[in-house]
Amino acid sequence: MKSKSTLRVARIVAAKDLRIEMHSRVVTNQVVPFAALVMVMFAFALDDDSMLERVAGGLVWLATLFSLFIIIQRSFAIETADGALDSLRVAGVDPAGLFLGKAAALVIQLLILESTLIGGAIVLYRVQVQPTSLVLLVTCMLLATLGLSFVGTIFGGLVAGVRGRETLLPLLLLPAIAPVLIGATKATEAAFGISGMVSSEGWPWVGLLAVFAAVFGVGGLSAFGPLIEE
Amino acid sequence: MYGENDMNHDSTPDAVGGVATSTSRTIGVLAIVTMTWVVVSGLFFTPADANQGDAVRIMYVHVPTAWIAYLAFIVTGVASLTWLLKKTPSLVLDRVAGASAEVGVLFMAMTLVSGSLWGRLTWGTYWVWDPRLTTTAFLFVTYVGYLAVRGLGGSPQQRAQRSAIIASLAVLEIPLVHFSVVMWRSLHQSASILRPDGDVKMDGLMLFTLFSGVFAFTFTFIWLVMHRQRLLMMRDIVIEKGLEVAIRERQIERSGFDK
Repeated sequence: MKSKSTLRVARIVAAKDLRIEMHSRVVTNQVVPFAALVMVMFAFALDDDSMLERVAGGLVWLATLFSLFIIIQRSFAIETADGALDSLRVAGVDPAGLFLGKAAALVIQLLILESTLIGGAIVLYRVQVQPTSLVLLVTCMLLATLGLSFVGTIFGGLVAGVRGRETLLPLLLLPAIAPVLIGATKATEAAFGISGMVSSEGWPWVGLLAVFAAVFGVGGLSAFGPLIEE
Repeated sequence: MYGENDMNHDSTPDAVGGVATSTSRTIGVLAIVTMTWVVVSGLFFTPADANQGDAVRIMYVHVPTAWIAYLAFIVTGVASLTWLLKKTPSLVLDRVAGASAEVGVLFMAMTLVSGSLWGRLTWGTYWVWDPRLTTTAFLFVTYVGYLAVRGLGGSPQQRAQRSAIIASLAVLEIPLVHFSVVMWRSLHQSASILRPDGDVKMDGLMLFTLFSGVFAFTFTFIWLVMHRQRLLMMRDIVIEKGLEVAIRERQIERSGFDK
Protein backbone atom coordinates (compact mmCIF):
# COMPACT_ATOMS: atom_id res chain seq x y z
CA MET A 1 0.00 0.00 0.00
CA LYS A 2 2.73 2.39 1.07
CA SER A 3 4.83 1.92 -2.05
CA LYS A 4 1.73 2.68 -4.11
CA SER A 5 1.15 5.99 -2.34
CA THR A 6 4.87 6.77 -2.56
CA LEU A 7 4.76 6.43 -6.32
CA ARG A 8 1.59 8.47 -6.49
CA VAL A 9 3.19 11.29 -4.49
CA ALA A 10 6.27 11.04 -6.71
CA ARG A 11 4.14 11.35 -9.86
CA ILE A 12 2.23 14.34 -8.54
CA VAL A 13 5.37 16.15 -7.35
CA ALA A 14 7.19 15.49 -10.63
CA ALA A 15 4.19 16.64 -12.67
CA LYS A 16 3.93 19.79 -10.56
CA ASP A 17 7.62 20.63 -11.05
CA LEU A 18 7.41 20.03 -14.79
CA ARG A 19 4.24 22.11 -15.05
CA ILE A 20 5.99 24.99 -13.28
CA GLU A 21 8.86 24.61 -15.75
CA MET A 22 6.44 24.57 -18.70
CA HIS A 23 5.04 27.90 -17.54
CA SER A 24 8.25 29.59 -16.43
CA ARG A 25 10.60 28.11 -19.06
CA VAL A 26 13.62 28.72 -16.83
CA VAL A 27 15.50 25.62 -17.93
CA THR A 28 14.80 25.93 -21.64
CA ASN A 29 15.22 29.70 -21.86
CA GLN A 30 18.02 30.26 -19.37
CA VAL A 31 19.86 27.13 -18.27
CA VAL A 32 20.22 25.47 -21.68
CA PRO A 33 21.52 28.69 -23.29
CA PHE A 34 23.89 29.10 -20.36
CA ALA A 35 25.25 25.58 -20.84
CA ALA A 36 25.64 26.18 -24.58
CA LEU A 37 27.60 29.34 -23.79
CA VAL A 38 29.85 27.36 -21.49
CA MET A 39 30.58 25.03 -24.41
CA VAL A 40 31.59 28.03 -26.54
CA MET A 41 33.75 29.36 -23.70
CA PHE A 42 35.54 26.02 -23.49
CA ALA A 43 36.39 26.40 -27.18
CA PHE A 44 37.84 29.87 -26.50
CA ALA A 45 39.85 28.55 -23.55
CA LEU A 46 41.26 25.47 -25.26
CA ASP A 47 41.66 27.07 -28.70
CA ASP A 48 42.61 23.89 -30.54
CA ASP A 49 40.24 21.84 -32.73
CA SER A 50 41.87 18.47 -32.18
CA MET A 51 42.14 19.13 -28.45
CA LEU A 52 38.42 20.01 -28.34
CA GLU A 53 37.52 16.76 -30.04
CA ARG A 54 39.75 14.85 -27.64
CA VAL A 55 38.16 16.32 -24.48
CA ALA A 56 34.61 16.78 -25.80
CA GLY A 57 33.14 14.07 -23.54
CA GLY A 58 34.49 15.71 -20.41
CA LEU A 59 33.36 19.16 -21.49
CA VAL A 60 29.81 17.97 -22.09
CA TRP A 61 29.62 16.60 -18.57
CA LEU A 62 31.37 19.59 -17.00
CA ALA A 63 28.85 21.90 -18.61
CA THR A 64 26.12 19.59 -17.30
CA LEU A 65 27.50 19.80 -13.75
CA PHE A 66 27.66 23.59 -13.84
CA SER A 67 24.07 23.70 -15.02
CA LEU A 68 23.06 21.12 -12.44
CA PHE A 69 23.76 23.58 -9.63
CA ILE A 70 21.43 26.13 -11.18
CA ILE A 71 18.69 23.59 -11.86
CA ILE A 72 18.80 22.27 -8.30
CA GLN A 73 18.75 25.76 -6.80
CA ARG A 74 15.73 26.44 -8.96
CA SER A 75 14.07 23.14 -8.07
CA PHE A 76 14.22 23.91 -4.36
CA ALA A 77 13.64 27.63 -4.69
CA ILE A 78 10.10 26.76 -5.77
CA GLU A 79 9.67 24.64 -2.66
CA THR A 80 10.94 27.19 -0.17
CA ALA A 81 9.50 30.34 -1.74
CA ASP A 82 6.15 30.23 0.07
CA GLY A 83 7.10 27.65 2.65
CA ALA A 84 5.83 24.96 0.27
CA LEU A 85 8.23 22.37 1.61
CA ASP A 86 7.04 23.04 5.16
CA SER A 87 3.41 22.71 4.05
CA LEU A 88 4.14 19.40 2.35
CA ARG A 89 5.82 18.14 5.48
CA VAL A 90 3.03 19.30 7.76
CA ALA A 91 0.51 17.68 5.41
CA GLY A 92 2.26 14.38 6.04
CA VAL A 93 3.35 13.86 2.44
CA ASP A 94 5.57 10.79 2.16
CA PRO A 95 9.17 12.11 2.04
CA ALA A 96 10.31 9.14 -0.08
CA GLY A 97 7.67 10.08 -2.67
CA LEU A 98 8.75 13.70 -2.49
CA PHE A 99 12.37 12.63 -3.05
CA LEU A 100 11.49 10.46 -6.04
CA GLY A 101 9.24 13.14 -7.52
CA LYS A 102 11.81 15.92 -7.25
CA ALA A 103 14.48 13.61 -8.67
CA ALA A 104 12.24 12.50 -11.56
CA ALA A 105 11.56 16.09 -12.59
CA LEU A 106 15.31 16.76 -12.46
CA VAL A 107 15.98 13.69 -14.61
CA ILE A 108 13.74 14.96 -17.40
CA GLN A 109 15.17 18.48 -17.31
CA LEU A 110 18.75 17.19 -17.25
CA LEU A 111 18.12 14.79 -20.14
CA ILE A 112 16.90 17.68 -22.28
CA LEU A 113 19.98 19.67 -21.31
CA GLU A 114 22.40 16.79 -21.99
CA SER A 115 20.86 16.04 -25.39
CA THR A 116 21.36 19.66 -26.36
CA LEU A 117 24.96 19.60 -25.15
CA ILE A 118 25.80 16.40 -27.00
CA GLY A 119 24.26 17.93 -30.10
CA GLY A 120 26.45 20.95 -29.41
CA ALA A 121 29.54 18.76 -29.15
CA ILE A 122 28.72 17.15 -32.50
CA VAL A 123 28.33 20.54 -34.16
CA LEU A 124 31.00 22.58 -32.36
CA TYR A 125 33.62 20.01 -31.40
CA ARG A 126 33.16 17.78 -34.48
CA VAL A 127 32.73 14.53 -32.58
CA GLN A 128 30.86 11.65 -34.20
CA VAL A 129 28.46 9.14 -32.73
CA GLN A 130 28.36 5.84 -34.57
CA PRO A 131 24.94 4.16 -34.65
CA THR A 132 26.48 1.17 -32.82
CA SER A 133 27.50 3.43 -29.95
CA LEU A 134 24.04 4.91 -29.49
CA VAL A 135 22.97 2.30 -26.94
CA LEU A 136 26.06 3.01 -24.85
CA LEU A 137 25.55 6.75 -25.04
CA VAL A 138 21.87 6.62 -24.10
CA THR A 139 22.45 4.18 -21.21
CA CYS A 140 25.30 6.33 -19.94
CA MET A 141 23.12 9.45 -20.10
CA LEU A 142 20.23 7.77 -18.28
CA LEU A 143 22.31 6.32 -15.45
CA ALA A 144 24.51 9.39 -15.00
CA THR A 145 21.39 11.56 -14.92
CA LEU A 146 19.76 9.31 -12.33
CA GLY A 147 22.84 9.52 -10.12
CA LEU A 148 23.12 13.29 -10.51
CA SER A 149 19.42 13.76 -9.77
CA PHE A 150 19.48 11.60 -6.65
CA VAL A 151 22.54 13.30 -5.16
CA GLY A 152 21.30 16.71 -6.28
CA THR A 153 17.93 16.15 -4.61
CA ILE A 154 19.55 15.02 -1.35
CA PHE A 155 21.83 18.04 -1.09
CA GLY A 156 19.26 20.42 -2.55
CA GLY A 157 16.82 19.32 0.17
CA LEU A 158 19.50 19.75 2.79
CA VAL A 159 20.37 23.34 1.92
CA ALA A 160 16.81 24.38 0.99
CA GLY A 161 15.83 27.44 2.98
CA VAL A 162 19.30 27.87 4.46
CA ARG A 163 21.17 31.13 4.24
CA GLY A 164 24.20 30.96 1.95
CA ARG A 165 22.89 27.91 0.07
CA GLU A 166 24.07 29.18 -3.31
CA THR A 167 27.68 28.84 -2.25
CA LEU A 168 27.28 25.79 -0.04
CA LEU A 169 25.60 23.58 -2.66
CA PRO A 170 28.57 23.33 -5.08
CA LEU A 171 30.95 22.68 -2.18
CA LEU A 172 28.88 19.73 -1.01
CA LEU A 173 27.83 18.47 -4.41
CA LEU A 174 31.06 18.53 -6.43
CA PRO A 175 33.06 16.02 -4.37
CA ALA A 176 30.04 13.73 -4.22
CA ILE A 177 29.43 13.69 -7.97
CA ALA A 178 33.08 13.30 -8.99
CA PRO A 179 32.53 9.59 -9.77
CA VAL A 180 29.73 10.56 -12.18
CA LEU A 181 32.00 13.02 -13.97
CA ILE A 182 34.72 10.36 -14.30
CA GLY A 183 32.38 7.54 -15.35
CA ALA A 184 30.18 9.53 -17.70
CA THR A 185 33.16 11.20 -19.35
CA LYS A 186 34.87 7.88 -20.05
CA ALA A 187 31.69 6.23 -21.32
CA THR A 188 30.88 9.21 -23.53
CA GLU A 189 34.43 9.25 -24.92
CA ALA A 190 34.03 5.58 -25.79
CA ALA A 191 30.72 6.34 -27.50
CA PHE A 192 32.36 9.20 -29.43
CA GLY A 193 35.17 6.81 -30.41
CA ILE A 194 37.84 9.20 -29.16
CA SER A 195 41.49 8.13 -29.54
CA GLY A 196 40.46 4.84 -31.04
CA MET A 197 38.21 3.78 -28.17
CA VAL A 198 35.49 1.29 -29.01
CA SER A 199 32.10 1.29 -27.38
CA SER A 200 32.77 -1.92 -25.45
CA GLU A 201 35.38 0.03 -23.47
CA GLY A 202 32.61 2.26 -22.17
CA TRP A 203 30.50 -0.37 -20.46
CA PRO A 204 32.60 -0.79 -17.27
CA TRP A 205 32.09 2.93 -16.71
CA VAL A 206 28.36 2.52 -17.21
CA GLY A 207 28.59 -0.09 -14.44
CA LEU A 208 30.18 2.50 -12.17
CA LEU A 209 27.35 4.93 -12.98
CA ALA A 210 24.77 2.23 -12.17
CA VAL A 211 26.36 1.49 -8.79
CA PHE A 212 26.48 5.20 -8.01
CA ALA A 213 22.82 5.72 -8.93
CA ALA A 214 21.75 2.69 -6.90
CA VAL A 215 23.72 3.71 -3.79
CA PHE A 216 22.44 7.26 -3.73
CA GLY A 217 18.93 6.24 -4.75
CA VAL A 218 18.67 4.01 -1.70
CA GLY A 219 20.53 6.57 0.42
CA GLY A 220 18.16 9.33 -0.66
CA LEU A 221 15.01 7.28 -0.06
CA SER A 222 16.03 6.64 3.52
CA ALA A 223 17.73 9.96 4.28
CA PHE A 224 15.38 12.49 2.69
CA GLY A 225 12.71 12.29 5.38
CA PRO A 226 15.03 12.90 8.34
CA LEU A 227 16.91 15.49 6.28
CA ILE A 228 13.98 17.83 5.65
CA GLU A 229 12.32 17.08 8.98
CA GLU A 230 13.48 20.08 10.95
CA MET B 1 13.10 11.79 20.42
CA TYR B 2 16.52 13.22 21.20
CA GLY B 3 18.30 13.36 24.52
CA GLU B 4 17.88 17.05 25.08
CA ASN B 5 18.96 17.17 28.71
CA ASP B 6 22.25 15.40 28.43
CA MET B 7 24.13 18.65 28.53
CA ASN B 8 23.37 19.02 32.25
CA HIS B 9 25.08 15.79 33.22
CA ASP B 10 28.18 15.31 35.27
CA SER B 11 30.49 15.93 32.35
CA THR B 12 29.69 19.63 32.58
CA PRO B 13 32.95 21.35 33.39
CA ASP B 14 32.93 23.74 36.29
CA ALA B 15 32.94 27.37 35.29
CA VAL B 16 36.17 28.19 37.14
CA GLY B 17 38.32 25.40 35.72
CA GLY B 18 37.47 26.10 32.07
CA VAL B 19 37.18 23.05 29.87
CA ALA B 20 40.13 21.12 31.27
CA THR B 21 39.89 18.07 33.53
CA SER B 22 42.66 16.06 35.13
CA THR B 23 42.40 13.50 32.32
CA SER B 24 42.72 16.07 29.58
CA ARG B 25 45.60 17.74 31.44
CA THR B 26 47.46 14.42 31.63
CA ILE B 27 46.90 13.81 27.92
CA GLY B 28 48.00 17.35 27.16
CA VAL B 29 51.26 16.87 29.07
CA LEU B 30 51.85 13.55 27.27
CA ALA B 31 51.23 15.31 23.94
CA ILE B 32 53.75 18.04 24.74
CA VAL B 33 56.41 15.57 25.90
CA THR B 34 56.06 13.18 22.94
CA MET B 35 55.82 16.03 20.44
CA THR B 36 58.97 17.65 21.81
CA TRP B 37 60.78 14.32 21.47
CA VAL B 38 59.59 13.92 17.88
CA VAL B 39 60.76 17.43 16.97
CA VAL B 40 64.17 17.03 18.59
CA SER B 41 64.74 13.47 17.38
CA GLY B 42 63.30 14.11 13.93
CA LEU B 43 65.40 17.19 13.32
CA PHE B 44 68.65 16.38 15.12
CA PHE B 45 69.05 12.75 16.24
CA THR B 46 67.84 10.78 13.23
CA PRO B 47 70.12 10.49 10.18
CA ALA B 48 69.31 11.88 6.75
CA ASP B 49 68.13 9.30 4.22
CA ALA B 50 70.61 8.05 1.63
CA ASN B 51 68.28 8.86 -1.28
CA GLN B 52 65.97 11.53 0.04
CA GLY B 53 68.40 13.46 2.22
CA ASP B 54 66.85 15.72 4.83
CA ALA B 55 63.45 15.54 3.09
CA VAL B 56 62.82 12.26 4.86
CA ARG B 57 62.30 14.21 8.08
CA ILE B 58 58.97 15.42 6.71
CA MET B 59 57.78 11.83 7.13
CA TYR B 60 57.72 12.19 10.94
CA VAL B 61 54.89 14.70 10.57
CA HIS B 62 53.32 13.55 7.31
CA VAL B 63 52.62 9.91 8.17
CA PRO B 64 51.21 10.47 11.69
CA THR B 65 48.93 13.34 10.59
CA ALA B 66 47.62 11.23 7.70
CA TRP B 67 46.84 8.28 9.95
CA ILE B 68 45.23 10.39 12.64
CA ALA B 69 43.17 12.29 10.07
CA TYR B 70 41.79 8.99 8.78
CA LEU B 71 41.16 7.92 12.37
CA ALA B 72 39.37 11.22 13.02
CA PHE B 73 37.03 10.71 10.05
CA ILE B 74 36.32 7.15 11.18
CA VAL B 75 35.40 8.54 14.62
CA THR B 76 33.10 11.08 12.96
CA GLY B 77 31.47 8.40 10.81
CA VAL B 78 30.92 5.99 13.71
CA ALA B 79 29.57 8.70 16.02
CA SER B 80 27.22 9.96 13.28
CA LEU B 81 25.90 6.52 12.38
CA THR B 82 25.36 5.80 16.10
CA TRP B 83 23.42 9.04 16.41
CA LEU B 84 21.16 8.02 13.54
CA LEU B 85 20.64 4.45 14.73
CA LYS B 86 19.97 5.10 18.41
CA LYS B 87 16.43 5.93 19.49
CA THR B 88 17.46 8.52 22.06
CA PRO B 89 20.97 9.54 21.06
CA SER B 90 23.01 11.84 23.23
CA LEU B 91 24.25 15.14 21.82
CA VAL B 92 27.71 14.10 23.01
CA LEU B 93 27.84 11.88 19.91
CA ASP B 94 27.22 14.84 17.65
CA ARG B 95 29.76 17.00 19.40
CA VAL B 96 32.41 14.29 19.29
CA ALA B 97 31.66 13.82 15.57
CA GLY B 98 32.02 17.54 14.95
CA ALA B 99 35.15 18.00 17.08
CA SER B 100 36.77 14.97 15.48
CA ALA B 101 36.00 16.22 11.96
CA GLU B 102 37.48 19.62 12.78
CA VAL B 103 40.74 18.08 13.97
CA GLY B 104 40.65 15.64 11.04
CA VAL B 105 40.38 18.48 8.52
CA LEU B 106 43.27 20.28 10.23
CA PHE B 107 45.47 17.17 10.21
CA MET B 108 44.52 16.31 6.64
CA ALA B 109 45.52 19.83 5.56
CA MET B 110 48.87 19.26 7.28
CA THR B 111 49.16 15.91 5.50
CA LEU B 112 48.48 17.44 2.09
CA VAL B 113 50.85 20.36 2.62
CA SER B 114 53.69 18.25 4.08
CA GLY B 115 53.12 15.58 1.41
CA SER B 116 53.31 17.99 -1.50
CA LEU B 117 56.44 19.62 -0.08
CA TRP B 118 57.99 16.19 0.27
CA GLY B 119 56.86 15.34 -3.26
CA ARG B 120 58.48 18.49 -4.62
CA LEU B 121 61.79 17.57 -3.00
CA THR B 122 61.71 13.87 -3.82
CA TRP B 123 59.61 13.49 -6.97
CA GLY B 124 60.26 16.97 -8.33
CA THR B 125 56.54 17.74 -8.38
CA TYR B 126 54.01 18.95 -5.83
CA TRP B 127 51.26 16.63 -6.94
CA VAL B 128 50.71 13.39 -8.83
CA TRP B 129 47.29 12.01 -9.75
CA ASP B 130 47.78 8.90 -7.74
CA PRO B 131 44.50 7.33 -6.53
CA ARG B 132 45.51 7.55 -2.91
CA LEU B 133 46.44 11.22 -3.15
CA THR B 134 43.31 12.06 -5.09
CA THR B 135 41.04 10.28 -2.63
CA THR B 136 42.78 12.05 0.23
CA ALA B 137 42.15 15.41 -1.40
CA PHE B 138 38.47 14.50 -1.87
CA LEU B 139 38.24 13.38 1.73
CA PHE B 140 39.57 16.77 2.78
CA VAL B 141 37.08 18.71 0.65
CA THR B 142 34.19 16.48 1.73
CA TYR B 143 34.83 17.15 5.40
CA VAL B 144 35.31 20.86 4.76
CA GLY B 145 31.75 20.67 3.37
CA TYR B 146 30.64 18.69 6.42
CA LEU B 147 31.99 21.43 8.70
CA ALA B 148 30.15 24.03 6.60
CA VAL B 149 26.91 22.07 7.13
CA ARG B 150 27.57 22.03 10.87
CA GLY B 151 27.76 25.81 10.78
CA LEU B 152 24.34 26.23 9.16
CA GLY B 153 22.68 27.14 12.44
CA GLY B 154 19.44 25.97 14.00
CA SER B 155 19.03 24.11 17.26
CA PRO B 156 21.67 21.61 18.45
CA GLN B 157 19.26 18.79 17.55
CA GLN B 158 18.79 20.10 14.02
CA ARG B 159 22.52 20.48 13.61
CA ALA B 160 23.13 16.97 14.93
CA GLN B 161 20.54 15.38 12.64
CA ARG B 162 21.69 17.22 9.53
CA SER B 163 25.37 16.66 10.05
CA ALA B 164 24.92 13.01 11.02
CA ILE B 165 23.20 12.40 7.67
CA ILE B 166 25.93 14.26 5.78
CA ALA B 167 28.64 12.28 7.57
CA SER B 168 26.83 9.03 6.75
CA LEU B 169 26.55 10.05 3.09
CA ALA B 170 30.28 10.72 3.16
CA VAL B 171 30.78 7.15 4.34
CA LEU B 172 28.96 6.05 1.15
CA GLU B 173 30.68 8.61 -1.01
CA ILE B 174 34.34 8.07 -0.15
CA PRO B 175 34.58 4.41 -1.28
CA LEU B 176 32.79 5.34 -4.53
CA VAL B 177 35.20 8.21 -5.15
CA HIS B 178 38.19 6.03 -4.36
CA PHE B 179 36.93 3.21 -6.57
CA SER B 180 36.25 5.52 -9.50
CA VAL B 181 39.63 7.24 -9.17
CA VAL B 182 41.38 3.85 -9.10
CA MET B 183 39.46 2.85 -12.24
CA TRP B 184 40.26 6.21 -13.84
CA ARG B 185 43.99 5.88 -13.12
CA SER B 186 44.22 2.25 -14.16
CA LEU B 187 43.85 3.28 -17.78
CA HIS B 188 46.95 5.44 -17.68
CA GLN B 189 50.48 4.19 -17.40
CA SER B 190 51.35 3.70 -13.78
CA ALA B 191 53.47 6.37 -12.19
CA SER B 192 57.09 5.47 -12.72
CA ILE B 193 58.27 7.56 -9.84
CA LEU B 194 59.17 6.53 -6.37
CA ARG B 195 56.19 5.24 -4.41
CA PRO B 196 55.52 7.18 -1.21
CA ASP B 197 56.25 4.16 0.94
CA GLY B 198 58.75 2.67 -1.47
CA ASP B 199 62.39 2.21 -0.72
CA VAL B 200 62.76 4.18 2.44
CA LYS B 201 65.29 2.22 4.45
CA MET B 202 64.68 2.91 8.07
CA ASP B 203 67.03 2.41 10.92
CA GLY B 204 65.76 1.76 14.41
CA LEU B 205 65.77 5.35 15.59
CA MET B 206 63.89 6.54 12.50
CA LEU B 207 61.21 3.96 13.06
CA PHE B 208 61.03 4.80 16.74
CA THR B 209 60.70 8.50 15.94
CA LEU B 210 57.97 7.75 13.42
CA PHE B 211 55.98 5.77 15.96
CA SER B 212 56.60 8.45 18.57
CA GLY B 213 55.07 10.82 16.04
CA VAL B 214 51.98 8.61 15.81
CA PHE B 215 51.65 8.70 19.61
CA ALA B 216 52.32 12.45 19.76
CA PHE B 217 49.65 13.23 17.20
CA THR B 218 47.21 10.75 18.75
CA PHE B 219 47.55 12.48 22.14
CA THR B 220 47.18 15.85 20.45
CA PHE B 221 44.08 14.59 18.63
CA ILE B 222 42.45 13.28 21.81
CA TRP B 223 43.32 16.43 23.71
CA LEU B 224 41.93 18.70 20.99
CA VAL B 225 38.75 16.64 20.59
CA MET B 226 38.09 16.63 24.35
CA HIS B 227 38.48 20.38 24.54
CA ARG B 228 36.49 21.09 21.42
CA GLN B 229 33.72 18.76 22.53
CA ARG B 230 33.43 20.58 25.83
CA LEU B 231 33.54 23.98 24.16
CA LEU B 232 30.78 22.91 21.79
CA MET B 233 28.77 21.70 24.78
CA MET B 234 29.13 25.09 26.45
CA ARG B 235 28.03 26.78 23.25
CA ASP B 236 24.96 24.51 23.13
CA ILE B 237 24.19 25.41 26.75
CA VAL B 238 24.34 29.10 25.86
CA ILE B 239 21.93 28.53 22.95
CA GLU B 240 19.48 26.53 25.09
CA LYS B 241 19.71 28.94 28.02
CA GLY B 242 19.17 31.85 25.68
CA LEU B 243 15.99 30.19 24.45
CA GLU B 244 14.76 29.53 27.99
CA VAL B 245 15.39 33.13 28.98
CA ALA B 246 13.51 34.35 25.91
CA ILE B 247 10.54 32.07 26.65
CA ARG B 248 10.47 33.22 30.28
CA GLU B 249 10.53 36.85 29.23
CA ARG B 250 7.58 36.32 26.86
CA GLN B 251 5.69 34.52 29.65
CA ILE B 252 6.28 37.41 32.01
CA GLU B 253 5.16 39.78 29.29
CA ARG B 254 1.99 37.74 28.75
CA SER B 255 1.17 37.49 32.45
CA GLY B 256 1.51 41.28 32.51
CA PHE B 257 -1.08 41.56 29.73
CA ASP B 258 -3.42 39.03 31.38
CA LYS B 259 -3.62 41.17 34.51
